[in-house]
Amino acid sequence: MADFILRALAAGLLVALIAGPLGCFVVWRRMAYFGDTLAHSALLGISFGILIDINLQLSIILACLAIALLLVKMESRHHLATDTILGILAHSSLAFGLVILSFTDVNIDLMAYLFGDLLTVTTQDLLWIAAGVVAALIVLAFSWNKLLTITLHQELAQVEGLNVGRMRLLLMLLIATVIALSMKVVGMLLITSLMIIPPASVRNFSNSPEKMALSASLVGCLAVCGGLLASFYFDTPSGPSIVLSAAVLFMLSSLFKK
Amino acid sequence: MERDKTLLQAQHISMAIDGRQILLDINLQINEKQIVTLIGPNGAGKTTLVKVVLGLMKPSAGTVTLRKNLRIGYMPQRLHVDNSMPISVKKFLQLAVHAKPELIEKVLDEVKALHLLHSQIHSLSGGELQRVLLARSLIQDPELLVLDEPVQGVDISGQAELYALIASIRDSHQCGILMISHDLHLVMSATDEVICLNQHVCCHGHPEQVSNDPAYLELFGKKQAAALAVYAHNHNHSHALDGEVVNGEMLNGDHSGHKHG
Repeated sequence: MADFILRALAAGLLVALIAGPLGCFVVWRRMAYFGDTLAHSALLGISFGILIDINLQLSIILACLAIALLLVKMESRHHLATDTILGILAHSSLAFGLVILSFTDVNIDLMAYLFGDLLTVTTQDLLWIAAGVVAALIVLAFSWNKLLTITLHQELAQVEGLNVGRMRLLLMLLIATVIALSMKVVGMLLITSLMIIPPASVRNFSNSPEKMALSASLVGCLAVCGGLLASFYFDTPSGPSIVLSAAVLFMLSSLFKK
Repeated sequence: MERDKTLLQAQHISMAIDGRQILLDINLQINEKQIVTLIGPNGAGKTTLVKVVLGLMKPSAGTVTLRKNLRIGYMPQRLHVDNSMPISVKKFLQLAVHAKPELIEKVLDEVKALHLLHSQIHSLSGGELQRVLLARSLIQDPELLVLDEPVQGVDISGQAELYALIASIRDSHQCGILMISHDLHLVMSATDEVICLNQHVCCHGHPEQVSNDPAYLELFGKKQAAALAVYAHNHNHSHALDGEVVNGEMLNGDHSGHKHG
């Protein structure tokens, strides 16, 4: 098989490994729209990264964090529902990113950022993704119980001595990292689905948070394999094919309700 | 030096949120092995006071002093676990910050819920869930237990049972307890001191005493208090529907007009 397919497969599987467990938190904490907003702000990161010429993964993470912090500030200031504020932030940051892009003289392939371009993953991309995923998995494993505790009851966690603010920030940082890493795989418009569809598919078959997280990783990997196969044989775009195969797995899982 | 018998002392606590007065000049003290119950209508500021005491909220004025290195067990008003999260009682208790494996079965047994160890949190009834929450608050052998409406969602017969359990926990753990309750009569036998709260402390004292206090009767209506002997005395303020003290001269919350026993 061609090298580019193997690189694509490796990159996809790596991202699926971390997207599953982290996506569980997105589902448990009802943060799907939050994840989507961060993903939209990734384009802002890319534009700034190109403008001031820094590493794009890094600039995506920074942009996501900036938007997340802005959200926290706005929530305490305005009497608006969170989904309204998220909507404002998501689309303004996307628009801002597109406007800034028009100031740069670089001609970029916007579609690749929006929907992923897995088949063009370079060896260097792959190394970045591998390093990022391993780091994120280690951090997630070490903070797993603490993140579960703040998810179950924030105030109880605080009375028991956890620094809730720091844990929430860590969770946002992890989500931002995964968004940056999976940009090449499924693109910013489809990233959230890679985080929420696998956990949603396995909920009914899990009786512990850990089992749900591990099986979500597994379903994510299956979706990546299925999507890439489809992409290879039917010449369909890789990112959307992966998301579609995840959706098919979700539908199959709801047929086999426990 | 003798050990300090005072677990917690809150002095002159006031709290205003968005310009609305929630708490007004509240003093509260809890000693070792003492059960203090906060009662009051909805919106009286009971939960806010508990959050201030726990350090979860910063009061607009006043100070909270805890005994040094005080171990606090906290049972929140309710636990809402999103349906998407599968979790067993065992895992839930394991997540307590100081949980050791042998402790989990011990505290569950203490609240008579050991049979629930492997149940999913989502499958528990209201009363069972409250017992599991109570068990979690016991894990680090607290010196002070703070219970926010421990009988919420529990049927009447279960409520009395749960209060009896709480009283027995005070004896077995030798801890002080601060709890919120809706119903004075159910907690009467299991409490040493009652504080009737409606933004300010309306009256406080032994349960029998409070149940006869006109301030209490006014807050909760004569119907609930009908079975109890009533003695009359003047008190110099009344409450509007939102609990605001209508008579302006009482704004410092001082009840010089009351007789507390």
